[in-house]
Amino acid sequence: MITLYPLREFKHPIIAECINPSVFSGRTSQEIEKLLVWEGNRQKTLGELFKVEEDKTADTRTIITIKGNVSRVRRIGMEMKGGEIVIHGDVGMHLGEEMKDGRIIVHGNAGGWAGSMMKGGTIEIHGNAGDYLAAPYRGCSIGMQGGRIIVYGDVGSEAGAHMKSGIIKIYGCAGQFAGFRMCDGTVYVQKDAESRIGACMTGGKIVVGGFLESVLPTFTIDTVRPKVKVEEGETVEGPLYLFLGDLTEHGEGKLFVSKEKNPHLQSYEKYL
Amino acid sequence: MELLIRNGFVYDPINGVNGERMDIAVKDGKIVEKVNERKARKIDASEMIIMPGGVDIHCHIAGAEVNTGRLLRPEDHFKDFEPKTAVSRSGVGYSIPSTFTTGYRYARMGYTTIMNPSMPPLEAKHTHEELSDTPMVDKASYPLLGDWWFVLEYLKEGKIEECARYVAWMIGSTKGYAIKIVNPGGLEAWGFGHNVSSLDDQVPCFCTTPREIIRGLCKVNGLLNLPHTIHLHTNNLGKPGNYATALETMKCVEDLATANRPVMHITHCQFSAFKGDDWRTVQSGAEDIANYVNAHSHVTLDMGQVIFTDTTTMTADGPFQYTLYELSGNKWVNHDVETETSAGIVPFRYRRKSYVHAIQWSIGLELALLIKDPWKIFMTTDHPNGGPFTAYPKIIAWLISRKAREKALNRINARARSRSLLPSIDRELSLYEIAVVTRAGQAKALGLKNKGHLGIGADADVAIYKINPETTDPSRKYKTVRRAFKRAAYTIKDGKIVVKDGKVLRHVEGATIWLDVQNSEPANITDDMKKRFREYWTVEYENYPVTEDYLAVSNPITVKASV
Repeated sequence: MITLYPLREFKHPIIAECINPSVFSGRTSQEIEKLLVWEGNRQKTLGELFKVEEDKTADTRTIITIKGNVSRVRRIGMEMKGGEIVIHGDVGMHLGEEMKDGRIIVHGNAGGWAGSMMKGGTIEIHGNAGDYLAAPYRGCSIGMQGGRIIVYGDVGSEAGAHMKSGIIKIYGCAGQFAGFRMCDGTVYVQKDAESRIGACMTGGKIVVGGFLESVLPTFTIDTVRPKVKVEEGETVEGPLYLFLGDLTEHGEGKLFVSKEKNPHLQSYEKYL
Repeated sequence: MELLIRNGFVYDPINGVNGERMDIAVKDGKIVEKVNERKARKIDASEMIIMPGGVDIHCHIAGAEVNTGRLLRPEDHFKDFEPKTAVSRSGVGYSIPSTFTTGYRYARMGYTTIMNPSMPPLEAKHTHEELSDTPMVDKASYPLLGDWWFVLEYLKEGKIEECARYVAWMIGSTKGYAIKIVNPGGLEAWGFGHNVSSLDDQVPCFCTTPREIIRGLCKVNGLLNLPHTIHLHTNNLGKPGNYATALETMKCVEDLATANRPVMHITHCQFSAFKGDDWRTVQSGAEDIANYVNAHSHVTLDMGQVIFTDTTTMTADGPFQYTLYELSGNKWVNHDVETETSAGIVPFRYRRKSYVHAIQWSIGLELALLIKDPWKIFMTTDHPNGGPFTAYPKIIAWLISRKAREKALNRINARARSRSLLPSIDRELSLYEIAVVTRAGQAKALGLKNKGHLGIGADADVAIYKINPETTDPSRKYKTVRRAFKRAAYTIKDGKIVVKDGKVLRHVEGATIWLDVQNSEPANITDDMKKRFREYWTVEYENYPVTEDYLAVSNPITVKASV
């Protein structure tokens, strides 16, 4: 088990894709200190920025613990293939980008693009997450392809954009454009969601348990359902309106919205 | 500065040197007989091979189209970036790298001359600005002339000489190097939402046919004595069954050839060699094309090899790009360039497990291996359409080693593998033949007298790679070959060492090569022509030509035309 302590408060963005169990495994702490990272436009070693502590009593070397504020450190756990990263503090952008397996737990807030383009594994964020949760980099149209993301706080805009598979559970509120252009998979927002949810979606499922300001006019109401299953062992009790869309993309996506929390959507019932 | 490269294995096909141990002497940017041994800087190349600097006959590296591709694809820059160093500038981009990075990457592979094949004349200034910003290499650009209204009008009336004068004017005005024709007739038809599907289809409003355009411009090329042939992107490109069109195109200029010299270059031939009725039954037409090319000497080809990767397709063939968008559903750009041409861009991913993509991969290699004479087919990926140019070392490995091909074959789509001709081909190119397909042949086809060879008086563009042909069998040690071609041990540009062990040592500006066509009776710039500029172009006649001072380093080649 490796523990990293930031040596100082970082002022410049740090790109550290080497903070990754797949990279750390098989390396001694001296070797880990020599791994290269970018701080701003300067290349540095990990040892110059972090104190690396190796706990030899625990034999599971593939756990990395970061204690401290790393909100300027980007790409932690990029393309990780297994193991676990636990972060006690805030973390920067692109957390677990394209990760394939393993677990990342954040006891704090995460920056933008957490779990961007991820393919498998689990990310748990106990604070809030930034914009573009699980969304691909701008211009790219291959989003999350598998795995789970659980956020206990709120998230910013465009959560789950271009999603292809997997599940995102948000126990707080979601910003605008959640599930933008998603084609499969599930996005669950337990509390409120801002407008334009599911814009251009062609498939998949979005569930909003709280207040939703408005449904896009390109969605059509289908039925009222008593309940909906989010994943194995987790069901949201209704009744819930089921909307289908986005019709501009000939989409067959499902948008479930709580009936109880959204009396202003009652006018849709006359089209049933 | 004097330079002496000692004791290397020299491959210089134009001068017939095949792997002999020789010294190469360089003085003032030229290859010379000998230099003062005490004064000259010496490079010990006793374990290395020496080739002329690489020449790329077809790679989209600059211009409005490439730049729009960059704007369209932020995700292409995201993962591939190069930090600034003491001598080189920073840059980004994998399939469409920024200009400086393009230059550095070519130099690292030992390339010193590259040709940007599609320049809409209207965008010539933009293209030259970007070319001027592409360091380390000499470069030139081919203006797109196949669907220019002037050309269509004069060809319709059969006025070849008049047409030649205007083409000469256009080449001079755009500082171009050769006549590029893309989907002749089809681009004009695309302005009306149509395309042409055979050589004898009518072009709307101009009462002419693709056949007449190709033959007409081929004659124009002859009248102007241009060093390169016409550079043609065939009709029906990228459609199943189009190998017949490609054959027909080659046949249509057969009678215009004189003295066994090529009169036509068919570019990225892989995209024009599909057999079959639709995408499900598509097959390789490489054998038919290779048989024809083996029996005739009036045509040269380049491969347009496909690499399994994520790339960006961009051609002036607007209708084809639109078809590609419909096939892939990707984001796209399509553009009509006023009276001249069109353009389109679609990001594209070639997948090993896709039947069609795997067949395409196979066709490129089949063409290169089945055409017996390496002077007739050159190595390209049609960067970035088939894949980025940085994949050249991979292609060299496939050409040089059957083992490398088999390894790649085992990973592709099974149905494509069973239909591929590659398992039946034993041919492995030698290092000498590699030198032909990557530099000498291309320089010869382009008519570049000082490039692509190491004879006395040639430009001192030299590439040195770390392969010892005495101890390394390229066909078995293809990985060593691939590594060597990826990172040149030395790249020498105009007598200066610019790259050592794959690291850029210094930033040099390359020259822009262009043709100064001198005709006895230049084109008549009448008021009528200026009026047409005012009516049909967004740019006035006075602002249209690229002046010589616009080029950072200008290297004109004077050509005496017969008209």
